[in-house]
This record gives sequence, C-alpha cells and structure tokens, in this order.
Amino acid sequence: MTPFGIVGYYELWWVAILKALVIFGLAFAILPLLTVYERKLLGRFQGRYGPNRVGPYGLMQPLAEILKFATKEGFRPTTSVAYMFRLAPVIAILTAVGALALIPFGDVQHIFGERVGLYGIDVSVGPLYVFALAGISFYGIMLGGWASGSKYSFLGAMRGAAQLISYEVSQGLALVGVVMTAGTLSLTGIVHAQLGMWYVVPQFVGFLIFIAASFAETNRPPFDLVEAETELVAGYFTEYGGTPFVAYLFAEYMNMMVVSGIAVTMFLGGWLLPFGIHPPGWVDPIVVFAKMMIFITFFIWIRATLPRLRYDQLMSFGWKVLLPLATLNVLVTAILVVS
Amino acid sequence: MSYNPGEDVIEVVRGPAPGAAAGAYRAFGETLRGLKTTFARIVEGPTTIQYPEEKTPVYPRFRGRHKLHRFEDTGLEKCVGCSLCAAACPADCIRVVAAENTPVNRVSAGERYAAVYEINLSRCIFCGYCEVACPFDAITMGHDYEMSDYTRSDLIFTKEMLLAEPIERTPLRSEGE
Repeated sequence: MTPFGIVGYYELWWVAILKALVIFGLAFAILPLLTVYERKLLGRFQGRYGPNRVGPYGLMQPLAEILKFATKEGFRPTTSVAYMFRLAPVIAILTAVGALALIPFGDVQHIFGERVGLYGIDVSVGPLYVFALAGISFYGIMLGGWASGSKYSFLGAMRGAAQLISYEVSQGLALVGVVMTAGTLSLTGIVHAQLGMWYVVPQFVGFLIFIAASFAETNRPPFDLVEAETELVAGYFTEYGGTPFVAYLFAEYMNMMVVSGIAVTMFLGGWLLPFGIHPPGWVDPIVVFAKMMIFITFFIWIRATLPRLRYDQLMSFGWKVLLPLATLNVLVTAILVVS
Repeated sequence: MSYNPGEDVIEVVRGPAPGAAAGAYRAFGETLRGLKTTFARIVEGPTTIQYPEEKTPVYPRFRGRHKLHRFEDTGLEKCVGCSLCAAACPADCIRVVAAENTPVNRVSAGERYAAVYEINLSRCIFCGYCEVACPFDAITMGHDYEMSDYTRSDLIFTKEMLLAEPIERTPLRSEGE
C-alpha cells in the first residue's frame, strides 16, 4: 500500500506554469462551446433546434452573448455590499478553476526531453483538495446571495448553503469507498489502480450516489433550488448582470466539468481504455474528455427530463436515502477490503 | 333495479399510495420512463418549422390576402364595380369607385368596371364575406399571410396589387396532411 504522502512527480517550475496556462486556456475555450452544446442538446430533447442562427450550426452564439454581456452596464443595487458583491463571482470562478487543476488528463509523458504529467498538479490528497475547493466555492454563492441585498438572492443563497452541505457529505462518503479500494488519495494513483477493472463495477453503488450528489453539488436540475428561476427569479445571482453574471455561469459549467472529471477519474478509469487497448500518450486527454462528455450529456439529459424537487423532498432524499446508502457502501467496502 | 351508466364508462386506474421503499422504487422507475420519453424526442428529431426559410403550409380554404381575377381567355377583369363586396364588408375596408366601359377603353366584361378598387388590409378581418358577396367570383381570398409592412398607408392595397400574381407562393397543405 502506497503511503499517502508520496506525490507523483515534481516538474520544473516553468513546465508547471506552462501546464497551468494550457489547462486554463483550453478550459475557457471549451466552456463557451459547452454552453452552446447544452442548449442545442436541450433543444433536441424538447423537439426543437436550439440556437442555430449565429455562425455555422449556431457555434458563434456564445461569442455574440459574451459580447452582449461585456458591453452591459455595470449595475449594483443600492442595498448591496459593494466589495462582497464584486468578490463573490470571483470566488466562484476561482475555486472552480482551481479544482480543475486536479483532473488528470493523462499519464506522465516525455515531451521535448522533459517528463510532463498531463494534469495541473498531482497532490497526495486529491479528493480532499477538491472538496476543500468545493467548500470555498459555497462562499461564492453565499456571499453573492447575501451581499446582493435582495430577498430572492438571500433565499437562494440559504437554500444553496443547506443543499450543498447536506450533499457534500454523501458525495465525500461515496468517494471513500474508491479511496479505500485503491489505497491511495492521489488521483493519478487511483487511475493506475484501475488498470485491471474500472471502479464503476465494484463500486457501482458509490458511483450512483456520487452522480446523484453531484447534481446537487453543481446546482443542476433537478436539484437547482438554488437558482430555481420559477420561484426565485434566478436565486443567488438575481442581481448580477454583465460579466459577473458570466462568471457565475461559467463557474457552474466549470463545476460540471470538474465533477465529470472527478467521476471519470474515480470510477471510469481516467485515461485508461477497456479490453487492454494502450494507445499512445497523446490520446489520453482525448479519452478523458470523451468520457467527460458522456457525463455532461447525461447531466443535460437529466435536466431535460426531471422536474425540480421540492425543498423537503430534497432534504429527505439527501439525508434519508443518500447518506445511509453511502455509509452502508463505505462499511461494506471496508469489510471487503480488510477481509 | 340499479342504475346502469352504460358501456362507455371508463374506470380510472389509480396508482398505489406513495410509500417509503416502494415509493422510492417507483420514483426510480418513473425517472427511467421519463428519460426514455425525452430520448425518444431526440430520435424523433425537431418538429420546428424554421419560419422565414420554410413556411407552414396552409389549407386550400385558408383565408389570406385577397386576389382579384381576370378572365383567362380575354384578359378582361371579372370585377364590374358593383360594390356588393364593399356593402358586405363588416370592417368597411373596401372602397370601390366604378366607371363606364367604353369601346375604346374596355376593362371588364360587364357594363362598368372598377376604376378604383382598394382594400385597407390594416382594417380587414379576413372574414371572406366579400368573396361570398361577389356575383362574378372576381374577388377571392388568397393564401398569402405575410402582409406586415412599415407604414399603415402601405397596407392599402390597390387594384393593380390585388390583380398581380403573388411574388412568392404560399405552400398548400397536401391531401390528408
């Protein structure tokens, strides 16, 4: 069993900076396409086309929208707290980007004589780091909702706090089973441990719990009570417009990518392919991204299908169904691992 | 003797009351059914009609913009300027000024012709009474429905405009569609 303290590999400092820039740039290049992908797919699920007017197949739609948002007037309600109001979206997007650094897109490669791992960082406490950043990202929602000085924003923020806290427990417990089976907290280590079999098979219950809790963690329907547009206008970002609104929007999509990435790493074997296929190293990111797209498509499919839960249903589902199941899963896994 | 409601009474089958484990199981099943429903929409493809490019086909009896007609063989106008359409019009949007046909200037087949024939389409309610009132089938309701314009005066259609063939034909609904 590998000790928890060992980090995969230390790179040169300029390699680390370069990697950070590449991941950051790629993520922000993919995000707008993700929004248009979601809207188009949602349209198909509802028997319509979705955006198809701007550019070929409507692919330029996000560009038009970002132009629109960027040219909007910077607006702040008189009741809001200025510095918190400005800070909240920054926190939301920063934590989301920070968590993205953890996703391993590939194994350690030899590029121009340097050994480069295709991930931001490989820390020995992978999932903990992700949960720590997810915990801070609540501040983005809480501060945004509270500092807006609006009732709807405040309601959304309070709902968000309750929901995120109760579902983070189940999400964390669902990953404990994987960590125990793999015997390491390093995300690359967990991927390497899945060489024989992806953890989606032995940890199937954990996988289902993780997916269900992830919907709540990313505020996606059917758990989008935080933004519930039919009840709360837009929840915590009711008062936001222009670029801060885009920051919140991108933070949500980024969180979706992070959660998909974690799910792929933990349960679907990261960059590994089944049936013993070992493609060259440069294919790894494509494999990871393809697997992530499966999850994102599922997220959109669920959004097109399920109605929003009532608040008490949400709480009872989280505490009465998911949490006992997750605990039982951890117990059974622990007994099986030890014996 | 008890009351017999007849054979066409449908018994409503009600689902079981919501319960803990069975309820959760049923909710899961219903979720899967919902996912199947939405996925079927993808397989089906979009039903949107992309309007400016493709138009909704209309039924043959659709009452769109009016048309004035000529005799196909002689090319003379069918309208004889009798103003019956103007009299029948509930919205009072038709204006007809009649004039006598002369051997030199022969416009219509009858004794008189419509020197001015205007329909104010901003007032027209497309009831089709003018078509019913016309004794010579000179005016009929066409199929065009794209009549928006920038000013109100542009919506007053003159005789020449009503006689002209529409620039773009509105698609007709095929049989049984």
